[in-house]
Amino acid sequence: MSIFDYTIASAAKALKAKEISAVELTTAYNKAVAELNPRLNAFITTTPDLALEQAKAADARIADGSATPLTGIPIAMKDLFCTEGVRTTAASKILEPFIPPYESTVSGKLKAAGAVMLGKANLDEFAMGSANITSGYGSVENPWKRQGEVAKLVPGGSSGGSAAAVAARMALAATGTDTGGSIRQPAAFTGLAGIKPTYGRCSRWGVVAFASSLDQPGPMARNVEDNALLLNAMAGFDEKDSTSAERAVPDFTTALNRGVKGLKIGIPAEYRLEGTNPEILALWDKGIEWLKAQGAEIVDISLPHTKYGLPVYYIVAPAEASSNLARYDGVRFGKRVDGEDLIDLYERTRAEGFGAEVKRRIMIGTYVLSHGYYDAYYLKAQKVRNLILKDFTNAFGQVDAILTPTAPSAAFGLDEKMNDPVTMYLNDVFTVPASLAGVPAMSVPAGLSAEGLPLGLQIIGKHFDEETVFAVSAAIESAAGFSALPEVRAK
Amino acid sequence: MAYSLEGRTGAWEVVVGLEVHAQVISESKLFSGASATYGGAPNAHVSFIDAGFPGMLPVINKECVAQAVRTGLGLRAQINLFSRFDRKNYFYADLPQGYQISQFAHPIVGKGNVEIELQDGTIKHIGITRLHLEQDAGKSMHDQHPSKSVIDLNRAGVGLMEIVSEPDIRSPEEAGAYLRKIRQIVRYLGTCDGNMEEGSMRADVNVSVRKPGEEFRTRCEIKNVNSIRFVMHAVEAEALRQIEVWESGGEVVQETRLYDPSKGETRSMRSKEDAHDYRYFPEPDLLPLLLEQSWVDELKAKLPELPDEKRARFCREYGIPFYDAGVLVAEQATADFYETLAKGRDGKLAANWVTGDFFAAMNRTGKNIENPPVTVEALGQLLDLLADKTINGRIAKDVFEEMVETGKMPAAIVEEKGLKQVTDTGAIDAAVAKVLADNADKVAEYKSGKDKLFGFFVGQVMKAMQGKGNPALVNEAVKTQLG
Amino acid sequence: MSLDAATVRRIAKLARIRVNEEEVSTLQNELNAILGYVEQLGEVNVEGVEPLSGGAQMALRQREDKLTDGDMAEKILANAPDRIENFFAVPKVVE
Repeated sequence: MSIFDYTIASAAKALKAKEISAVELTTAYNKAVAELNPRLNAFITTTPDLALEQAKAADARIADGSATPLTGIPIAMKDLFCTEGVRTTAASKILEPFIPPYESTVSGKLKAAGAVMLGKANLDEFAMGSANITSGYGSVENPWKRQGEVAKLVPGGSSGGSAAAVAARMALAATGTDTGGSIRQPAAFTGLAGIKPTYGRCSRWGVVAFASSLDQPGPMARNVEDNALLLNAMAGFDEKDSTSAERAVPDFTTALNRGVKGLKIGIPAEYRLEGTNPEILALWDKGIEWLKAQGAEIVDISLPHTKYGLPVYYIVAPAEASSNLARYDGVRFGKRVDGEDLIDLYERTRAEGFGAEVKRRIMIGTYVLSHGYYDAYYLKAQKVRNLILKDFTNAFGQVDAILTPTAPSAAFGLDEKMNDPVTMYLNDVFTVPASLAGVPAMSVPAGLSAEGLPLGLQIIGKHFDEETVFAVSAAIESAAGFSALPEVRAK
Repeated sequence: MAYSLEGRTGAWEVVVGLEVHAQVISESKLFSGASATYGGAPNAHVSFIDAGFPGMLPVINKECVAQAVRTGLGLRAQINLFSRFDRKNYFYADLPQGYQISQFAHPIVGKGNVEIELQDGTIKHIGITRLHLEQDAGKSMHDQHPSKSVIDLNRAGVGLMEIVSEPDIRSPEEAGAYLRKIRQIVRYLGTCDGNMEEGSMRADVNVSVRKPGEEFRTRCEIKNVNSIRFVMHAVEAEALRQIEVWESGGEVVQETRLYDPSKGETRSMRSKEDAHDYRYFPEPDLLPLLLEQSWVDELKAKLPELPDEKRARFCREYGIPFYDAGVLVAEQATADFYETLAKGRDGKLAANWVTGDFFAAMNRTGKNIENPPVTVEALGQLLDLLADKTINGRIAKDVFEEMVETGKMPAAIVEEKGLKQVTDTGAIDAAVAKVLADNADKVAEYKSGKDKLFGFFVGQVMKAMQGKGNPALVNEAVKTQLG
Repeated sequence: MSLDAATVRRIAKLARIRVNEEEVSTLQNELNAILGYVEQLGEVNVEGVEPLSGGAQMALRQREDKLTDGDMAEKILANAPDRIENFFAVPKVVE
C-alpha cells in the first residue's frame, strides 16, 4: 500500500496507532505537490515549510492525546479562504500582493483541529467559472484523461485546484466553496465526493465573497466519510457572520451507516434535460436502482422552475458580485495601477487587475441593478428564485432527498468551451437550483463514462438535513463501488 | 408674513427639505466592534470590516437599532417592525467597501413630525418622511500633501441616522428652527450629541424656488453643511442663485452642490457628477431586521420627557410664561437645573433668576450649565433667603455676585457682611425721620403736589440703611411720616 | 432589451473598469448573449410572488454594543499600495 492510499479516516487511525507520523505523511504530500504542481497547476501558493511545522505540532498533539480526526491530515485550502500571513489571491491578479492579517473562520477551525495546510489551491478568478480556466494564475489541468488520449481536460470549477489536488493525490482532502456548483461539479469531474452544505451551515467570514446569498464553504475528499469528518470541523455557528445559522452541528459520521431503507427519494422530471449526455441519464437510472435495491422508495416529483435556475443565477450572482468586488479599488490592499486621478486609478487598476470573465460578470451585475433595469432583471430574478425555493419546499413535503445527475457532461477539453460564456454557464444547470434554494447537496462519484472519465450523482436534501444527504450518498457510494484512479497522480 | 425673495419678475417662494445625518451615540460602530468615538489617531478606530477587507462581514449593533427607535419615537414617528438594509453602490476614496450599507426601500422609522417655533411665536409643523440607519464614510483630507489626498477611516462605519424631512420648510429661519429642534430632540434622547463642529450632525439641504402657487421646480442638493448658520445662509444663497438662473431664461439643473462659507455661495460638486445611479439592492450579508413591538414599547416607556412636553408641564406646574419655559427647556441640563431649583419654591421667581442673573453670569464667566457659575443648591438657598425675607431683592443681587465671585454660600455671605434685612420698625422710622428732616425742601415740594418725589425718599432711606431695609416696611413708614 | 455600445461604456464607467473600443464591442456581444439567455424569465408568471433576497430565512441577529475591535492601524495599513504615515494615500481628489 502507498502512503497516498490513505483516506482521512484510515490516516487518522494509522497516525493514532503510530504506524505513520504526521511529518512523514506531510513530507510525502509536500513532495507530491512539488512534483505534480508544475504540471497540473492545482496550487497558486504552496506552503511546504508551514505544512511541516504544522505536521510537527500535529505529531505532538497525537502524542499527548489531544488529536482530532483531522490532526496531521494534509489538505489543500482553496485560495478563496483568507489565511493569516499566507498570501490569498482569489486567483485574481488584483489580489496578487495581498497577505491577510486574519484567518477565515472555516480555515481557522481546520487549523485548530490540527489539519495541515499544504498550500492555497487554484480556482476560477473570484470563484467565477465552471472549468478553472479563468484563474489569473493559469488554468488547472484535470489529472484524468480520456482513454487513450493526451488532451488536457478541465477539472471543473470553480474549486478546480482543490479537485485536481485531491484527485492527483497532492492532498488528502481540500476545502472548496460552492456558489452555483463550484464544489459539486469539479468533484464530479475528478471522481471525488464533495458537499455544499446548507446555506448558513459554514461561516462565510474571511472567505473572499463572490455572491453573498449563495456562497457556501464545504469539503471535497476521496469519499463520503472523509467529507463528513471535514464538515464536522468546518461547520458551526459564527457570530461574525449574520447569515450563519445558530444551530447545533450533529456528528455527520453517524449518518453514514443509516442506510436508505424507508427513505423517499425524489426524481425530478425536469432534470431530464435535452442535450444531457445519455451516459449520464443511464447512470442516473442506475443510481435509482441502487437506492431502490437498498430499500428506498422512489417518488417521481416535479421541480417546475428548474429551467429558470440558470437565468436567475446569472442575474443574482453577478449583481451581488458587482457590489462585492467594488472594494478592489487599489486603495487599501492589493494591486494598484496609477492613473492621472483617483477615478483613472480605479479604472486602470480594475481593468488590469480583473480578468475577462470577472469583468463580464461585474458588467452584467452592474447593468441588472442599474436604474431602469432593476425591476425587469434583478427583482424578477428574486421572485423566480422564490418560486424555485417553493419547488423544493413542495418536493420536500413528499420526499426525504432528491437524486439527480451532478453535471450534464463529463470533464471537457481545456479549449472546448472557452469562447462562449453561455454554453459554459450550462454546466451548472443541475447544481444551481439547490444553491438558489440554499439546500444541501452532495456529489458522489458513481461511475465512468465510456471514455473513462468519472461521472457524479447529486443528492439534494432538506435545509440543515445534511445527515440524510450523507446517508443517501454513502448508499450510492457503496453500491457504485467507484475505485478508478486517474493516471496522473502521486504514487 | 411669509418669507419670499424678490426677483426681477416678482416674488419667489423658497422650498426646502433637509436630510439630517446624525451620528448615533454608541460604544462601537454600526456593523463592527471598533470604537465609534470621535477622533483618535489615524486609522486607529478601524476594524477589517470598516476597511472593507476581503471576506469581512457586517454584524449589526443592537444599541444603534435602539437609538434609531428612540429617535423615531421622539419624532412622533411610525416605528417599522420590519426593516431591511440595502447597499448603495458608488466609488469614493473614503468609502472602503465601494458601497454604503443603508436602508432604502424599508427604513426603520416612517412618517412623523416635529413642531418648530418661529421668532414671532408662530408654531409650525414640519413633516418627517423617514429615518433610516446607515454607515458613515471615512474622511478624505486634501490639504495634507501637495499631490495626494489622504484617508482616515476612523469614522467609516460609525452608525448614522438619516432623518429626512418633507419639503415643508419655507425660509432660512424655518430651516434653522427645524435643525435646532432636531438637535434638541436627539440631545434629550441621548441618541446623538448634535455636535455640528465635530461633524456628528450634518445636513444635506435640498433647495428649490417657485412662484407662489406653482408646483415644485427642480431642486439642488447642497451636501454636508456643518452649522445651523451655514444652512440658513446656504438656503438663501442657493435660492438667490436659482432665481437668477430662472430669471435669466435658464434652467436649474438637478445636481449636488457644496456651500462655501468663505464666499457665501454654492458651487457644483465635480466628484459627484456621475454618481447618480446607486444601484440599490438588498444587502445579502444581512437579514431583515425584525423588531418586537414589546421591545419598542419598553424603549418608549423609558424615554425621557421630551422638550415639548416638558415645556408644557413647566408652564402648568410652575406657572411660568410659555416663552420662558421655551428658554428653560432648550437644553436638558438647563431644564434639570431649573426644575431642581423650582421644586418647593416660587417657580416664577426661580425662572426669573435662571433666565436673568444666572444666564448673565454664565455668559460673563464663560461657564456652562454643566459647570455653572453657582451651584443649584447655592442659588436655591438664595431664593430661600428671599422667600423668608431674610434679605430683600436688591441685596440678593449683590449676594449673587459675591457667590459668583467667591463660590461661597449665600447664607454665609449674608451673615458675614451683615446683610440681613431690617424689619425693626423703630429703626426704619428713625431712618425715615432723619431723611425727611435732612430734605425739608423736598418734603415741601412733595406736599405741594410733586408726587414722584416719593420714590426719592424711599431710595434715600434704603441708601441710609445700606439697602437692608425691608422695602414694604420702608414704603409704609415713608407714607405715614409724609402724612 | 439589447445593449448598445454607449450603454456598455456607461456601465463600464459605473463599474470603474477602463475599456477600450475593441473591448466595448466584444463585451457588447457577450453581454447581449447573456441578456438574451436570461430573457426567458419573462415567461414566468410572478404575480403575487415575494422576492427572495437572501440565502437564509431568519431574522437578523443583533450584537451587543461592545468595543471588541480596532486599535491595529499597522495591520490595517500593512497591505496599502500607498500610505503617508498612518493614512491611506491616493492621487489628490478635487471635490
